[in-house]
Amino acid sequence: MNAVLEAENLKKYYTVSQSFFSRMLGSQTKQVKAVDEVNFQIPRKNAMAVVGESGCGKTTLGKVVMRLLDATDGKLIMEGKDVTELSGSGELKAYRRTTQMIFQDPFSSMDPRFTAFNTLEEPMDIHGTGGSYEERRKIIMNALEEVQLTPAEEFIDRYPHMLSGGQKQRVAIARALILNPDFIVADEPTSMLDVSVRAELLNLMKDLMEEENLTYLYITHDISTSRFFSDSISVMYLGKFVEKGEVATVLDDPLHPYSQALLKAVPEPKPEMVEVIKELPITGEVPDATNVPPGCRFHPRCPYAQDVCKKEEPELREVEGREVACHFAGEVP
Amino acid sequence: MANPVLDVRNLTTHYFTRKGEVQALDDASFDLAEGESLGVAGESGCGKSTMAFSLINQVQPPGRVVEGEVNIDGINAVQLSETETRNKVRWKRISMVFQGAMDILTPVYTVGHQMKEPLHYHQGITGDEAREKCESILREVGLDKEIFTRYPHELSGGQKQRVIIATSLLLTPTVLIADEPTTSLDVVVEAQIMNLLKGLKKELGISMIFITHDLSILSEVSNKLSIMYAGKFAELGDADKIYNNPKHPYTEKLLASIPRIHKDVERLERIPGAPPNLVDPPSGCRFHPRCTYAEEVCQKKVPEPRQVEGRKVACHFAGEVT
Repeated sequence: MNAVLEAENLKKYYTVSQSFFSRMLGSQTKQVKAVDEVNFQIPRKNAMAVVGESGCGKTTLGKVVMRLLDATDGKLIMEGKDVTELSGSGELKAYRRTTQMIFQDPFSSMDPRFTAFNTLEEPMDIHGTGGSYEERRKIIMNALEEVQLTPAEEFIDRYPHMLSGGQKQRVAIARALILNPDFIVADEPTSMLDVSVRAELLNLMKDLMEEENLTYLYITHDISTSRFFSDSISVMYLGKFVEKGEVATVLDDPLHPYSQALLKAVPEPKPEMVEVIKELPITGEVPDATNVPPGCRFHPRCPYAQDVCKKEEPELREVEGREVACHFAGEVP
Repeated sequence: MANPVLDVRNLTTHYFTRKGEVQALDDASFDLAEGESLGVAGESGCGKSTMAFSLINQVQPPGRVVEGEVNIDGINAVQLSETETRNKVRWKRISMVFQGAMDILTPVYTVGHQMKEPLHYHQGITGDEAREKCESILREVGLDKEIFTRYPHELSGGQKQRVIIATSLLLTPTVLIADEPTTSLDVVVEAQIMNLLKGLKKELGISMIFITHDLSILSEVSNKLSIMYAGKFAELGDADKIYNNPKHPYTEKLLASIPRIHKDVERLERIPGAPPNLVDPPSGCRFHPRCTYAEEVCQKKVPEPRQVEGRKVACHFAGEVT
């Protein structure tokens, strides 16, 4: 497959720091397995959505892909080239030019003392592209027009406080695009925005995928947007992918008990639900990540858990056109 | 319909700022029967929260309720003084779960200490009696009674939200206002909280007002729906009628902009432009600059809400265009 980005057994463990005293008492170092043996491939001009509850490791995965964090183990292959070990101002810097990120919060990811021009010029400054001031200004104008901040002259000299939330996020998208990247990690790009603005931005990002030949890793907790925006979807739970496949396959007929529960919880605009108490197969919240349950990580919350689930960790396997990590995939209702 | 427990007439709240008079809420009228719930939806800055604060007579200066009535149990809440409102309305008759409620709990006191406060102030109940009351209401919202002795940092987000809901129910209010009760919670926890609120509505017969920008959540709890735009009600009526067959162009667009899980869509509907500045709202219909059906009359005349197919719509062409 002609994959732009490929991850092989990607791992990111954090070591939890402990007090001197407990170290002397010989307590074991605790590790948080934020990303644990994750495998995926994203073909060109595709978007893969990663969904899950907070604390499941989706943002860490995005940062590892961006090389903002170093992977503990595993491989990250971009355009056929291993990028896991890149370092320094040469290769890593070049990698960062082709891979960009859109952050969740447009209100804090922008310098309040930078105008839109400054914000968009900085990446060119760092990477020494764009040429003279006039040429850069022209590039920035084009970028602003591309994200539909028109007329661009009106927006180019504005400070963040002079922009609305949606406009700020557009500048953030323009910033990610200014170096003509191939790959974009979008970490909850619309979660801070109103519904109608959310729709506009998702439309825009989808158009850019075609026009700019972009490939996306789309991190979100808003599952309903992933149906619209992405081609494939991976459901993450405590650092592992529990189900992954085509977006329609997984969302219309989820097989992992966790995906099923997650989807049941998503509200849908259906007025006939008013008096119905929703059936929620799982209770509680994501368990402590320093203390991952043995066997299947989901078994303490799983309504179908059997003895085997407490002992053996299920591997991802192919069931009904997608991959599922559950001992009873396809058998549970 | 049974006698309404809450009757709001022409409620109008403005903020008097240096830049001018912000017409945040204009001429809102609705009523609410026992055990009924009203969902209020709209974009940020459309006046949803201002309406909630007006209902409990707690609009902060420079804002002021300029006109209108909030009738509850024969009392007009907006005419009361601060002391009277505190004694007669808040907690007892209308209780509110605020936006970002999880951050409202003070970290230095136990949950119990904070829960007992309204009981002490309003009913003079203290000590073991207060404790018992709190513990029983905690059970009601699905929490263990030992939560009473815990500190906020020991609780998860969902548990904190339940504590806040429990506290707001302590004095058995007639109406509960919930302002974005589930923002910043995960989907599973969100669904649990929604289930809890539905259950409470059914068991205790509390009337509720839900405020949120998320129309998908709202559909699960509201019998009635009001869509707000720029401080005015665009559409008000039975939720299922509005969801299935919106009559105001704004409602139509808003509903079409929601991505669905089980439907493939090529493009999401968008509403061009941004909500207006309420210091100087557009003439005529406030939605006309963004409306695809706008005609000359929309720029000139303010559309009065009128009855169209079982709901009130403030549009000159309601029933004709959508």
